[in-house]
Parts: sequence; structure tokens; C-alpha cells
Amino acid sequence: MKRKDFLKLTGLSFGAYVLADLPAFAKVIDPQAALDRIDTSLKKELADVALNVAKSKGATYADVRIGRYLNQTIATQEKRVRGLQSTESYGVGIRVIADGCWGFAATDKVDKDNIAQATALAIAIAKGNARFMTEPVRLAPQKGIGEQTWATPIEKNPFEVPVGEKVELLLAANQSALDQGANFVTSNLFMINEQKYFASTDGSYVDQDVHRIWPTFTVTAIDRASGKFETRDSLSAPMGMGYEYLTPGSPYKIDGVPVTLYKDRYDILADAATAAQHAKEKIGAKSVDPGKYDLVLDPLHLGLTIHESVGHSTELDRVLGYEANYAGTSFLTLDKWESKNFNFGNELVNVVADRTQPGSLGAVGYDDEGVPAGKWDVIKDGILVNYQTIRDQAHILGLDASQGCCYADSWNSIQFQRMPNISLLPNKNSRKVADMIKNVEKGIYIVGRGSYSIDQQRYNFQFGGQLFYEINNGKIVGMLKDVAYQANTQEFWNAMADIADEDDYRLFGTFFDGKGQPSQVSAVSHGSSTAHFKGINVINTGRTI
Amino acid sequence: MAILSKEEAQAILTKVLSFSTADECVASLSGTDEGNIRYANNAVSTAGAASTMSLSVSSVYGKKVGSASINEFDDASLKKAVERSEELARLSPENPEYMPMLGPQTYDESLTYAESTAAIDPAVRADMVAQSIQAAKDEKLEAAGFLNNSTGFRAMMNSKGLYAYNRNTNVSFSVTIRNQEGTGSGYTSNSFNDASKLSTLSMSKVAAQKAKTSAGAKAIEPGKYTVILEPLAASDLVGWILRGFDARSADEGRSFMSKKGGGTRLGEQLFDERISIYSDPLNPELPSPTWEGDGLPLKKTTWVENGVVKNLSYSRYWAAQKGVDPLPSSWGMIIPGGNSSLEDMIKSTERGVLVTRFWYIRSVDPQSLLLTGLTRDGTFYIENGAIQFPIKNFRFNESPIIMLNNVEDLGKTERSGNILVPPMKIRDFTFTSLSDAI
Repeated sequence: MKRKDFLKLTGLSFGAYVLADLPAFAKVIDPQAALDRIDTSLKKELADVALNVAKSKGATYADVRIGRYLNQTIATQEKRVRGLQSTESYGVGIRVIADGCWGFAATDKVDKDNIAQATALAIAIAKGNARFMTEPVRLAPQKGIGEQTWATPIEKNPFEVPVGEKVELLLAANQSALDQGANFVTSNLFMINEQKYFASTDGSYVDQDVHRIWPTFTVTAIDRASGKFETRDSLSAPMGMGYEYLTPGSPYKIDGVPVTLYKDRYDILADAATAAQHAKEKIGAKSVDPGKYDLVLDPLHLGLTIHESVGHSTELDRVLGYEANYAGTSFLTLDKWESKNFNFGNELVNVVADRTQPGSLGAVGYDDEGVPAGKWDVIKDGILVNYQTIRDQAHILGLDASQGCCYADSWNSIQFQRMPNISLLPNKNSRKVADMIKNVEKGIYIVGRGSYSIDQQRYNFQFGGQLFYEINNGKIVGMLKDVAYQANTQEFWNAMADIADEDDYRLFGTFFDGKGQPSQVSAVSHGSSTAHFKGINVINTGRTI
Repeated sequence: MAILSKEEAQAILTKVLSFSTADECVASLSGTDEGNIRYANNAVSTAGAASTMSLSVSSVYGKKVGSASINEFDDASLKKAVERSEELARLSPENPEYMPMLGPQTYDESLTYAESTAAIDPAVRADMVAQSIQAAKDEKLEAAGFLNNSTGFRAMMNSKGLYAYNRNTNVSFSVTIRNQEGTGSGYTSNSFNDASKLSTLSMSKVAAQKAKTSAGAKAIEPGKYTVILEPLAASDLVGWILRGFDARSADEGRSFMSKKGGGTRLGEQLFDERISIYSDPLNPELPSPTWEGDGLPLKKTTWVENGVVKNLSYSRYWAAQKGVDPLPSSWGMIIPGGNSSLEDMIKSTERGVLVTRFWYIRSVDPQSLLLTGLTRDGTFYIENGAIQFPIKNFRFNESPIIMLNNVEDLGKTERSGNILVPPMKIRDFTFTSLSDAI
């Protein structure tokens, strides 16, 4: 079959090949089958089986999640398809409190008998583990909310777009980079649809349809003579959107900045072409002189710094020690919050947690404990004012309700505290990026996510990026390479000197944030406008071996 | 029970292939039984168990490949999976890099299965965790840990007569023990095929000791130091090296193994002459399967000998392009060491830093394999041949390639995760900033 014929095929034509092993319980499906729906009344009937068995066996609380997790991944490399896979993972997870202790069990056999058996197992596990318990679980009250539905507001379901059309777009992006002199290019498109049904003994029955999408690529340029190579990744963001994200809109341009950026529409073809030029330019770019610089950080870069230094440090389970053996704990101990005057950053720093933001990866109607999505301040005028909590933690902060931060990455994973969208608020006053750059005498403008590392209590971090530009006397004068900056979280956020207004506000996202043992992934967005940080330590990362 | 014997798996796969009408067909069957307990603040937080088995079938027409997977094993389901993969293969684009399947191969009998691990049940798991928690409580410390054990099998049969089977067990354990004030923290982790080699109690005692001795850390200036890396710390860094031993990336000019002007560093002295690296599926301390994904036998392979790069791995496709024999990349890595004990290494150090482990390690520059990350859970200052006091954690920026050129001494090799590695004494290790994290 010729490529042209292949590209004409609809979604019906493909299953999978040559991708890595499937996750446990997932199976390859016909992409067309992703469009099938499971009847909500059937899910309610099945959920009630679990709730009734749990109550009859002495559970003081139970919740059921019937989940159908659809995942489509397309991977290409230069002129060929490297992998293409549609999978479905379908099953039921039941969580109970018995003898004051949590128990959990799951089954991929979605029928009444197996659900009843799994519920009994969850209760047996709860009772068995009660001997290791130090104090009984205390759940924040959550009134039953009856039958509810919520769906990501998408314009075009990515799973309805023929696979051939999506493959063609990626191969065209690759060609676009190759035409501009790239030596290698890989591109990927990740699409996720979580069809989640939640029910609890509180009297909540919530049906949700959540979509996420992430187009991305890496372009490589090689200089054989010097033996050097450089890469440039795409300047897209993973989004809580449909396929409309890939319909090019107007690019976002900033006066005096030699990079084309994108807001809620992404032009992969144009970005791939520019990426090839950037990768080649990077090879010959000036290697940075280490020292103190003012940094002007684009939202597509700053989002990761927010994620690591603000997002993770304000997770209450970390503060309490539950992640000590893996992700770590947090420097934002409860006494700092209780003091009401812990100076996290200067007064320009205002950070909100928000599970309602349209287009974001963390947007839902309800969390995986049936708690309605909300929005709250985490850092207010530079002061630590709140954390991220779930139902069994809320009492620790004296809250009378959970903040709705519970999430499980699958029906067979136990839900636990995960990060909501954590975003830096833009300047309330009019402030343009171009004017901010004019104020910088000696600085570096950074775009895109690069290397990242932070300690287990979230004090000391180091970040790289995709593109670095030297700012000299208020003007961008050329590209730099070998740049990474190191700082301490509190010092860094106190060094924020300026931030652009909402016209510049954009979402950064991370699709596979890992936490927990066994590890679970979650997806979360971080919005911000471009911000200016004074006197940050920059190191040179170039080495010769 | 998701664990099939060699004969049971063979019977199912033979039946699967009997339904095939494609040019080539390969079927893989795998299953795992696993269980885990997670704990924190000296109490169990979650516990789980899972049993899974799945079959995947790939059918090929020419260079067109289609695959399907199922988790039901009645005859009708098996037949449907084959038909589905054939349907998909007919409609798929050609894979220009497709390689015809291998015929029958001969494999060594692997050592990856241990009855002691397969016998672990929920009660044994709970006891293993209870011992760890008790070790912390005895010292008025707080433990957080994770214990996971699994038994699995993997079998593969193709239409050219190849049949491969492997059964394996694994148990992995990690624990962080902290003092109640939050001023000291210790950690240990390891994994074994044979659970009789794992003691959660003795490992927890080591972590508890570190939690106590690391309390009250002082700050010293970042800079270049002689470091003594415990096996865990050494494995955290050297584990990155083998990723660069792929011949294709090196030939294409996009790895630290690529050479200026083109070509690769094969045959070059890339490390100190005391450094050798090999893999050996039959090493009893680090056994691995004796065949890899597409059925090539895995044999003992020398990657580095006395500091010289001896082999790069070649996929079957890339080997055919280059006219050489394919050489699978390895699972597990073995670095022979010397005779010094950790104590000997400390005694011979005038001024240096003892590192328990590293954390949050990320690649900064793939051209030099420059990595960044931090020390964690026990970092100590050494002067005049003795540990003087605990010190605050450092961020490092260092390449393991450069590090293995700065070798002062190697101790006795031991298992750390999937690596057999000695404790290492390294000069001029680059710490770039201080961290307040404990």
C-alpha cells in the first residue's frame, strides 16, 4: 500500500504496532470503538452493588469508580510512522473505610458478581491493615450531590478525527523541519479521554468525560565537523482541549522577541520549521559566561519552575510526610502556614489553585472523591495562605470541606492527593513584555522547558530551557547556549521584580507528572505571564569529554 | 494464577499460530502476579495486589505489521486476535525498517526465578513491613517505605519455529527513616530476584543509623571535592552510561559516543583503565533473561575493558545496514571493583565527602552526559581519614564519563538495584550549590 492510500484510511484501519508494552489491564482497541459509550444507568446499577455490599459488610464509607480510560498515541520519525496505538482500560475500583482504615480493591470484570467480590476484598484489606493504623481516617463532610455530569468543553473530539489525518499532520511537520535543514525529527501526538463514573455512600453519582491532548516534537541538528548536536522541542503545551488546539490561529508575537509563540491554538507546521532553524542556530550560539543575570522567563518555561517550586511544595501529603520515601517532603511546614506571615515571595507573587480553568489539564467538574471543583489562593501577596487537600486531610487545616484535589490515574489505582492547576496571576496593571525587556541591563530571556531538578523539600532547583537569548541594555542581542540557572525557591520568588499583564497570560502543562508508589501519572497546567527575576545565578553547562 | 509453565504457554501459543495465514506471525504471552505495601509515618498507607495476563499477536505481510492484544484465552478469542492483527497488517503502512523474524534459537537456562520470592504472600509482606516499622519505632524514628514483590513469565513463539520462555521473580524494597524533629534522614533500597537475600530489618537499621548520624548537618562551601560514593550513589550515576552505547545514535552523530568529524568512539580509551563494564545474564548476583524482545540470545558482553570501549549495541536493522552482527543492548550492568572496604577508603582520604545517594538526577547535556541532581539522606564530611560531621546536601553538575576518568579507588562490588557496582572514590567531583533539604 502506498503512503497516500494509507493516509486516506479512516480510524477504523489501525490498532497498534511496535510501541512499547501495554500498561497492565490496557488492551489494544479499534480506534472507532473509542467512540462507543457506556450507558450511565448501567453504571449506576453496578455502582450501587458495591455501595450496598460495602454498607452491609460494615463499611462506614465507600466509593466506586467505574472508569474507561482511552488513550491514543501516534509516534513518527522523519518520514515514517514509528508507532500507533489505541488502547482502552476498563474496570472498577472500590474504596472503603472499615474499622477506621482504608481498603481498596479493583477488578476488570465489570459485572455485579465480580464487583461484589472486589468490594468484600476491599473490606478485608481495610480490616487487615487496621492493625498498622495509628489513628482512624477522618473524612471532611461532603454532602451527596445526586446525579451530575461534566465534560471538558471541546470543539472537536480527537478520537473522531481519522487516524490517517493525524498521521499526515505529524509527517507534514517532520517534513517542514527537514525542509529547513533538520537532520532528525521525531513527533508525537498523545490523546486521552477519561470516561469516569463516581458514586459514593454520601449519595453522589457523577459521570464525567475528560479530554486532554498533547502534540509535540523534537528536532535535532548535527554538525559533523565539530561533533556537536543540538535539539529544539516544540513550543506547544499539552492542553485540556480537543483537536481544535491543532487548528492554527494567529501566532502570538512579542515586539523585539525573535520567537513565534502560541496561545490556545498551535501551528505545528510553522513551529517545526522554526525549530529546525533554531536547532542549527544553537550549534553556533555563544556559550554563556556564568554569573548573575536578570532572567525574563516566558510562561512556557516559567510553568515548570512554578510546578516544581510552588506546586509540589504546597501538596499537603508531602508536608505531612506521606511522600517521604519517594517524592520527598516539603519545606512549607505547617508552622509556616500557621504563622500567616511566611514570606514565600514578594508582594507581586500571587498564586492560585484552580480546577475550573477552561483549557487546562486539571479542569474537572468533580474530583475522584466527588468533591466539586474549586479555586482558592495558595500564595497571597507573597504570603503562604493555603495548601492542596483531599477529604481525609482537610481537618488538619481546620477546613470543613476538601479542596477537591483527589485523583487516580486509572480505575485500578488508589486515588490520592494530586496537584490542581497552580498558576501565577498576571499583573493587574497594564504591562507589556517588550517594555519589561527594555528595563533589563544584563539578562537572559528563556523560552521552553528544558532540564529540571529540585531537591526533596523543594528548596534548591536548577532549570535549563529550549531557547536562551542574551539581553544587553534593554535589547535581545543574540542566542546563547549552555545556560542553566540555580536558585532557592524562597529567594527566587522574592527576586521577582515584574510580571506582564493578562494579555500575555498562557498555559504551560505537564502530561506525565509522577508521584506515589506504585507510581501514578497526572496531568496539570500552570498559567502565568512573562516574569522578570533579578540577579539569578547562571551556570555554564558546556563540558568536553 | 497468571504464571504459566513453559509447556502451558507453548500449548496456547502453538494454538494461536495455527490460526495464522500471514507471511509471518509472532505471538507473545506474559503474566504477572504482584503485591505491594506502602507505609509512611510508621503506619501502612496503602496495600494492593494484582494478577494480569495478556497475549499480543503481530502479523506481517511483506513489511506491513499489525498487532492486537487480548486478555481472554478461549479458542474463539485467540482466533479473533490473530484475525484482527492480520486485518490491521493488511491496512498498515510499510515499515521500511522491518526485519524478517528469526528462526529457532538456543538459549541458556536463566537464573531469574527464585521460589523464596514466589512464595511471598500478603502475610509475609505484612511481616516484612512490620519489621521495618519496628526498627524505626525502636529508635523513636519515623519510617516511610515501599515493598513490592512479583512473579512473572514471558513466552514468545513465531511462525519460523522460534520459541522462547522465561520465568522471573523480583522483590524490591526501599525505606526512608527520619528523626521526629525532621533534622536527620536515612535511606536504603535494593532489589533481588531471590527474596532470601533481602532483609527489611537490617536494611531499615542502616537507614535508622543514617537518620541519627545525619542530624545537625553543617554547611560547607560547594566546589570540587574528592567523594566516596556508596554503591547506591555510584549506581545512581553510572546507570546512565549504557544508554549511550547504541551504535545507531553514535553513527548518526547524536550521542556522547559520536566522534568529532564523524564515526564513533568504539576502540577509544574513554575511561580510567581501572574501569571495565560488562553484562552477563548468568551472573548469579544479577541474573537476567537470556533472550531479548525479538528473540536474539543474550550473552555475556564486554562493553568497556580497562577503560577502552569494546562494543556498541546494534539492533538487527542497524546491523544489517552496517554489515555487522546484531548485538542486543544489555539488561543490568556489572562493574568489577577492588578490595578496599568503605572504611579503608575513608581512612585514606585527607579531605572529602561521603555520599549515601543522589536524587532527582536529570540530563543537562547529552553531548557530554552532564547530569545534575542532589545528595540526599546522609552526606558526611571526611578529614584526616575519618568522618568528622554530617553536612548539608549539595547540588552537583557532573558527567559520569568525566567522573570515571577521575577514579582514585574502587571497593568491593555489590548489587544496587539492577547494577553490580563497587563503592567509588572519585577526585574533583563538582558540587555547584547548597541545599537546605533534609
